[in-house]
Amino acid sequence: MMSNTTWNLDPSLESTALVQIKPQYELFIDGKWQAPLSKTYFDSINPADETHLAKIAWANQADVDLAVRAARTAYTNVWSQLSGAERGKYLFRIARLMQEKARELAVLETLDGGKPIREARDVDVPLACNHFFYYAGWADKLLEAFPGQNPVALGVAGQITPWNFPLLMLAWKIAPALACGNTVVLKPAETTSLTALKFAEICQEAGLPPGVVNIVTGYGDTGAALVAHPDLDKIAFTGSTAVGKQIQKACIGTTKKLTLELGGKSANIILEDAPIDQAVEGVINAIFFNQGHVCCAGSRLFVQESIATQVLEKLKFRLQSIYVGNPLDKNTDIGAINSKKQLETIERYIQLGLEEGAEIYQPTCELPSAGYYCKPTLFTDVAQSARIAQEEIFGPVLTIQTFRTIEEVVQKANNTPYGLAAGIWTDKGARIFGVSQQLQAGVVWANTYNKFDPASPFGGYKESGFGREGGLHGLRAYLKFPN
Amino acid sequence: MALSMIDLTTLEGKDTPGKVRQLCFKAQHLHDQTSDLPKVAAVCVYPSMVGIAKKALGDSGIKVASVSTAFPSGQAPFSVKKDDTLFALENGADEIDMVISRGRFLAGDYQFVFDEIAAIKELCTSARLKVIFETGELDSLDQVRKISDLAIAAGADFIKTSTGKIQPAATFPVVLTMLGAIKDHFDKTGQMIGMKPAGGISSAKLALQHLLLVKEVLGEAWLTNEWYRFGASSLANDLLLQYQKQLTGKYQSAAYFSID
Amino acid sequence: MEVLKTYKLYIGGQFPRTESGRSYAVIAADGNHIANACQGSKKDVRNAVQVARKAQAAWSQKSAFNRSQVIYRIAEMLEARKGQFLEELQALGSDLKSATQEVETSIDRCVYYAGWADKYQALLGTVNPVASSHFNFSVPEAMGVVGVVACQQTALLGFISQVLPAIIGGNSVVVIANQKLPLCAITFAEVLATSDVPGGVVNILTGSVEEMLPTLSGHMDVNALSLAQLDSAILEKAQTEAVENLKRVMSYSIDFSQSTAQGLSYISDFQEIKTTWHPIEQISGGAGGY
Repeated sequence: MMSNTTWNLDPSLESTALVQIKPQYELFIDGKWQAPLSKTYFDSINPADETHLAKIAWANQADVDLAVRAARTAYTNVWSQLSGAERGKYLFRIARLMQEKARELAVLETLDGGKPIREARDVDVPLACNHFFYYAGWADKLLEAFPGQNPVALGVAGQITPWNFPLLMLAWKIAPALACGNTVVLKPAETTSLTALKFAEICQEAGLPPGVVNIVTGYGDTGAALVAHPDLDKIAFTGSTAVGKQIQKACIGTTKKLTLELGGKSANIILEDAPIDQAVEGVINAIFFNQGHVCCAGSRLFVQESIATQVLEKLKFRLQSIYVGNPLDKNTDIGAINSKKQLETIERYIQLGLEEGAEIYQPTCELPSAGYYCKPTLFTDVAQSARIAQEEIFGPVLTIQTFRTIEEVVQKANNTPYGLAAGIWTDKGARIFGVSQQLQAGVVWANTYNKFDPASPFGGYKESGFGREGGLHGLRAYLKFPN
Repeated sequence: MALSMIDLTTLEGKDTPGKVRQLCFKAQHLHDQTSDLPKVAAVCVYPSMVGIAKKALGDSGIKVASVSTAFPSGQAPFSVKKDDTLFALENGADEIDMVISRGRFLAGDYQFVFDEIAAIKELCTSARLKVIFETGELDSLDQVRKISDLAIAAGADFIKTSTGKIQPAATFPVVLTMLGAIKDHFDKTGQMIGMKPAGGISSAKLALQHLLLVKEVLGEAWLTNEWYRFGASSLANDLLLQYQKQLTGKYQSAAYFSID
Repeated sequence: MEVLKTYKLYIGGQFPRTESGRSYAVIAADGNHIANACQGSKKDVRNAVQVARKAQAAWSQKSAFNRSQVIYRIAEMLEARKGQFLEELQALGSDLKSATQEVETSIDRCVYYAGWADKYQALLGTVNPVASSHFNFSVPEAMGVVGVVACQQTALLGFISQVLPAIIGGNSVVVIANQKLPLCAITFAEVLATSDVPGGVVNILTGSVEEMLPTLSGHMDVNALSLAQLDSAILEKAQTEAVENLKRVMSYSIDFSQSTAQGLSYISDFQEIKTTWHPIEQISGGAGGY
């Protein structure tokens, strides 16, 4: 009989050998790599260990203008002249190439943004590929999707993507836009440009006509220049609610169509008849997936008081087997926080939570000495009026509140300016439908959480944004229906 | 660790004393060419072979586990199940692996199933009782959880997934559900119950994943063969192959490891 | 000296000969005897239906996305073997221009239907606003095994135009190929065999339509029929036999080379609609349905 042993997992590092990061990246305009007119570059670093990855071009207004012109020319002379079937074929090719380079894209995404390789490999990249596959198939079926409504492309779209799912958000933007016949200029987030730039290479390899996809890298000012450009027919933005409001304001007095996918403070509700072990696992996934950098994260947990003690104990126990560490390690559950700035924001909120009198729980675990890391954190005894229960933290921090009746929790869940997602855990079907009917959220997950599919529409209510991405509904964002 | 947790098993209609003696030798000499290998936890056989196994294992410390209660179907009157168990115990079985009456369970006769387990437990005195659910015949995870709670309440020392005669057997959802029952019982009462997944775990990789599950759901106290067993026959050799690969860096061939 | 190809049947993902041991001459438009094809029998039909039924459940349970990937692969494989099909079509009497048109349209049609796999549900399925407090939704579901008599005018395109919409919706098919021009169908079977299409989803028989159709149209385990341009007497006979187990019979008399010979309706032709009800709990303040 063997004695008890403590065994820890050996690191299982994904190799970075297949990834080639260039020392410097230019802008991708009109099918070619072009040095920025701004003559400026910025540094991109790996948040896991703060090492330098590459220099990225910083586009200014003149660069953005070049890109929009290229997109407009490509739209007028080439892309709008192609049949839907031909557009679809380009998208199928892109999807195939992405599949072929899946591992490279996953490793790149992890290096650039800090997310665990398991997630990049098993979630981000496959979903991104599938998104292109899905929308490729719609390109020649628009008349059947909207019979009698005369669907027509908008023209040129300006798109701004965030740093939490860089490649996936790019897919959510570009695939439907191209399928519907538009051309695009896309600005990725400044901390995560690499997979967008790799995507540009894929577009070249696919033989996509020049100017159909343009990538302009840069900071918020580049994004603002894009939004302000007069020759765009459409703006699509995923990011914070604060910036979303700025963009909505900037579009006033123009004919630009707008869709916004913004922040959230989504309620995750466990009713007393829920399968508790499954609910606990679902809660963990809801807030710690992707370090909590998820707009639809289940960041407010509501537990029915009769089971609260039991659920809390199980949550705390479960936290002990969450591995925080090197994102390239296949054992890692929680990787690096995307940037120093974001880590500081999260730490400020944790401090605020303590000041507001909430009780904190964090497991004992060692964090790497370099890089940006945060322990998974629970706050109990949180009041509805606490700021940590109202404001989006965007990190691995869960606030926990109890409730007595369903009516009460529905009220509390809706009592927020946000309305992106919600989770409900219960064994009763009738209750699922009854509660989901009342929740002011664009996505309701019942007995599951954080499930995404190209065929499933995603988007928010209220200040979480408007417009849907994915599914049949996702086509509407990139079409107009003139009578 | 995994090797030391194996219940090396032979449960075939065509088992003979010779077959069992060879298995017992293998149990003590997994691969003499490699030094410092542990012995398996137990050998698992039919009641008719218990005496043979006991003699062949001598004072090696390896336990003899016997199936009983009209294994594998459990479709027999209680008197038969009782005699089956007593015969195994009289011949020296250290552990009894009983099967539940699945038909009665599916018909909702929970009291009957409970009473059967309690009665067999009473016969066992010093022997430890493993209760086999045959999860492949149960309809849903709800039922797996229900029978786990029931068997633990009735006195099971170990709960076990399968007889190994049908598929599916020890799948991860089933195992996780059973571990959940063990954990909740421990949290309420402080009493540990053992776990034995059986059937379908034929690769070292799977075995390691199962061990990781135990470590994270129950904790390291369960990671000994007193509280955890693999019901397997071909797993041992795959573990040996993988261990050899780790030592030498080369992928191995089955030809270099005896079957039994 | 060339190694000549033997054209066999395609059943269950394999290439068996007809159990009847018969063959018939395939004659090109110019009168040349270019090959021998198997003359399929009643028992071949019976075997094919059995195999199609076995394969259908697993095929319809694959994710829609998975099915789209498989059909897209067919397009890839067809593209790779373009030359082979062009040769065969020309040997059968087509000129290069028409043959090229036919093969290219066939490839495009594969891509077209691949794209439908995970989309027709959004258009054919509905959430129904019933007056009572119920969540009520309708979903399309595959009919099961579909018997196909391939268009007898074209060697490849008509066949594809009938088979793809049926299988993209989760059905499995038993096809009686173009009697006079069977070769492309069997070569297409080679494409299927290398395209990750599970064995039994598509089964192809060559031979006499008049001899084999009654077995198919009267078979109690076939759920629907897709019949193209049949002689009216043969059609009527088939429809009569189909009544016995209420087969859904679709009869097409269109020119499949047209771009309009594809669409959602060809898929919905082989879909059932299932409607489910579930109560919605009234939480105080709650309304009624969706």
